[in-house]
Amino acid sequence: MAPTPYSRPGVGYCTPAAQAEIAERPSAAGGASAGNTRNVTLSVNGEQHRLALEPNAILLDVLREELGLFGTKKGCDHGQCGACTVHVNGRSVNACLMLACMQEGAEITTIEGLARSAGYEQGQHPIQEAFLEHDAYQCGYCTAGQMMTAAAVLNDRAVAADAASVNDAMSGNICRCGAYKNIREAIETARQRMQGES
Amino acid sequence: MRQFELESVEKVDQAVASQRDQRRDAFVAGGTTLLDLVKLDVMTPERMVDVTHLPLKRIEKLDDGRLKVGALVTNNELAHHELVKRDYAVLSEALLAGASTGLRNLATTAGNVMQRTRCPYYRDPAMPCNRREPGSGCAALDGINRNHAVLGTSNRCIATHPSDMCVGMVAVGATIVVEGPQGSREIPFEDYHLLPGDTPEKEHDLKDGELITHVILDAPRAGGQHYLKLRDRASYEFALASCAAIVELDGDSVASARLALGGVATKPWRAEAAEKALIGQPATRENFERAAEVALADAVAYSHNGYKITLGKQAIVRALRDATARTTATAA
Repeated sequence: MAPTPYSRPGVGYCTPAAQAEIAERPSAAGGASAGNTRNVTLSVNGEQHRLALEPNAILLDVLREELGLFGTKKGCDHGQCGACTVHVNGRSVNACLMLACMQEGAEITTIEGLARSAGYEQGQHPIQEAFLEHDAYQCGYCTAGQMMTAAAVLNDRAVAADAASVNDAMSGNICRCGAYKNIREAIETARQRMQGES
Repeated sequence: MRQFELESVEKVDQAVASQRDQRRDAFVAGGTTLLDLVKLDVMTPERMVDVTHLPLKRIEKLDDGRLKVGALVTNNELAHHELVKRDYAVLSEALLAGASTGLRNLATTAGNVMQRTRCPYYRDPAMPCNRREPGSGCAALDGINRNHAVLGTSNRCIATHPSDMCVGMVAVGATIVVEGPQGSREIPFEDYHLLPGDTPEKEHDLKDGELITHVILDAPRAGGQHYLKLRDRASYEFALASCAAIVELDGDSVASARLALGGVATKPWRAEAAEKALIGQPATRENFERAAEVALADAVAYSHNGYKITLGKQAIVRALRDATARTTATAA
């Protein structure tokens, strides 16, 4: 994918007063919003992307708006909902609270690359199949984040397999539709299938 | 989101040299508090210094029995570490009661120590807040203060300290190690966070250029441990009241006790008078209730948070009961 300059200063939430102040503030680069980019290489779903990013570029925004990976969703943008969950070096994290420039050298996986990252070259990750089978969503907005956390939880030996432990480990992913029951069932089905494979 | 400069450092002394003014130059690691508050325009650094490459990621048992935790150890790594689970169960439980899997994978030990209050007036630059903007007033005093503190408040600020981890650390006892322009120094954990008093904007005892490098946990204490967190929903929510308890028994009586409170105070709160009230007393519900009365004796209620005085006492009684039960189980 061709590199695209990341030049929108207003990405993410910003109060009107702050916007005005930023617009007026001079910077060494000759403007608050332009010319302060740096070249960063991000490894996303096994591909290297060379990008020109501003220091304040948030990983979530870069994934969606620079790389066109719209599977990762922006919900609250403040680490309160989990819709933006991706994997960084195999661990689930909130992409809305990460500076993209700090992720050089890390292996980032989004829902688009989940199956391949786990060795399922064809088709879907077992968690994706199970979500479909169990109808583990209604509107679907939180679903990618739910599946990313679930996939990491299933691989995490520190999280026990009992319902209470799984609930707790999944609690950072909010579903406003309330599909939790089916989500839990989907995770259990995926667990059984993944154990069957190994 | 406001613009800022970003640079990365590889060594602790570079980090120390990079910060001239802690409000202007912010160290960033997990970023879960900092980036949240920069997006809200509550924190306004002009420069961020990425400290994630510093060699502060180890957990190490010291010869004197203490446990040295690197500043960059994540909350999940610390919670699941074998020695922490075995010797500091109350801390492991506190960590896992906080935030979510994703946030705990990012959030670091030092970052959690630096965590800011969740007071909605602090988080909204349109509202007066002495902590965010000294002298502007406190909207919480007469506002929606249901989640605010009843211990350690002042007429300038009643914001609750939000951390679970810090409450666990107060209970187990700890020392914060910082590296600064004048070299390294140690700060007892309980002295690190400051009461709001007349200067709520001064949240901690950290000078410009000082970087937390480690938190050293005291040698493990004898006895049963438990962290109880009470909140509006059972997961992924901040505490309304929480209690970290460590109880050591001698027969049926309390030989030693450590009690720390969260959700009810302006800083991670050690209930030392309540600990003393327990020592030598039989480990009964009546004595736990008496200790709870002592712990909350100086509590001050505001318009919407009087329930926290009751809830805080109940948290203490239940945490003491469950910590005591674990003591018995260990002995047997």
